[in-house]
Amino acid sequence: MILKNICKSFGDKSVLNNLSVEFKNGSRTCIMGASGSGKTTLLNVIMGLIKPDSGEMIDPSSRIAAVFQEDRLCEPYSAVANVLAVTGKEVAEDKILSLLRELRLQGSEYLPVSTLSGGMRRRVALARALLAKGDTVILDEPFKGLDEDTRGEVIEVINRYTKGKTLIVSTHDIRDASDLGAEIFNL
Amino acid sequence: MLDSKNKRIIAKASAVLLALLVWQTASIVVGSELLLVSPIGVLKRLFTLVGETGFFATVGFTLSRIAIGFFAGLLIGTLLALLAGRFQIVEILLWPYMITVKSVPVASFVVIALIWFSASGLSTLISFLMVLPIIYTNLLDGIKSVDKKMLQMADVFKMPHFRRLRFIWLPSVKPFLLSGCKISLGLAWKSGVAAELIGYPEGSMGEALYYSKLFLNTADLFAWTVVIVLLSVCFEKLFLFALKRVLKGVESI
Repeated sequence: MILKNICKSFGDKSVLNNLSVEFKNGSRTCIMGASGSGKTTLLNVIMGLIKPDSGEMIDPSSRIAAVFQEDRLCEPYSAVANVLAVTGKEVAEDKILSLLRELRLQGSEYLPVSTLSGGMRRRVALARALLAKGDTVILDEPFKGLDEDTRGEVIEVINRYTKGKTLIVSTHDIRDASDLGAEIFNL
Repeated sequence: MLDSKNKRIIAKASAVLLALLVWQTASIVVGSELLLVSPIGVLKRLFTLVGETGFFATVGFTLSRIAIGFFAGLLIGTLLALLAGRFQIVEILLWPYMITVKSVPVASFVVIALIWFSASGLSTLISFLMVLPIIYTNLLDGIKSVDKKMLQMADVFKMPHFRRLRFIWLPSVKPFLLSGCKISLGLAWKSGVAAELIGYPEGSMGEALYYSKLFLNTADLFAWTVVIVLLSVCFEKLFLFALKRVLKGVESI
């Protein structure tokens, strides 16, 4: 997937200015930059949620799984149902339960996600993205709201579940790139 | 110890008993069954009314027509709301009609309907006209309240239509649909019977009310009113129960 000369402005503010980047199949990239540098805008362009003002995207990914900046969960439903909402019956419930437990969500698998804490909801969003069909996995600040111990376990799970896939992660934390074995792309 | 639910039920039952007592006392004070019939008089008349030939036919006449009007309003209101939610031009084009239907008095519609059509389908048309804008407006509000970011999420994950309906649309639209149905069910009955009272189609409950007015039969008027209230409440409870079951069924597929 190649992004060529991408420009995007919101009003007078130019967020992406003539940006070019290539994500090779199976590559792992951490997009780094300060708040407001355009990390989320870039991910939204890749996902097709924002149309750039100019520039082109060559060979875009046909199947994307994502953790968005916000959790974007189906509130009245459980963690399991939220995963099933995107995977359908193609992924067995046992597999979903097993991943949720690996993400330290045991006991909360069937609770409405609206009752879960911020960090737990983040992990449900992550489980959804990791089990969904997708050759590209996009994670926008996936460790938001996680404590250090949980972060370590979550990194291990991400590495395992995204093997062979194109991984694009936006983060502030330089450690994420080395822990995920990813190249750094500075914005 | 009584729990709070039972306490509420007892409190409400006591309030009803007190109201009946006030009514009975007022009836005794007035001293004329013609001006203010007593609750006991109404109850007696109600029992004889149910035993009369033609009672169930009269109930069936009005019930079926109001039900048809309600379901037609529900169906068409839903379809129009879906179209208006999808294409803004439909919402703009429908706006004058919906505003007109909402603000024109029922009596005006009844007179127009009597000029254009027969009195027999009057309650169907009037209930339909009362239900349509409520269902349309409520559902359209529900459709507009769907979180656009959730729809983007569904696009990214390429969620199929049925799962979008179940996981994104239904939770947002459900409260609006239920409240629209609740409001419009009561209104369908009130307006439908009022229309029958003005047009008095033969064999309707409205006609029965009309004759009770004509012959100053207060017991009949109150007894028929009790029947209408009971039918309206039962219809509402049954329909909402069935609707909730259906929605729950869709949510759990």
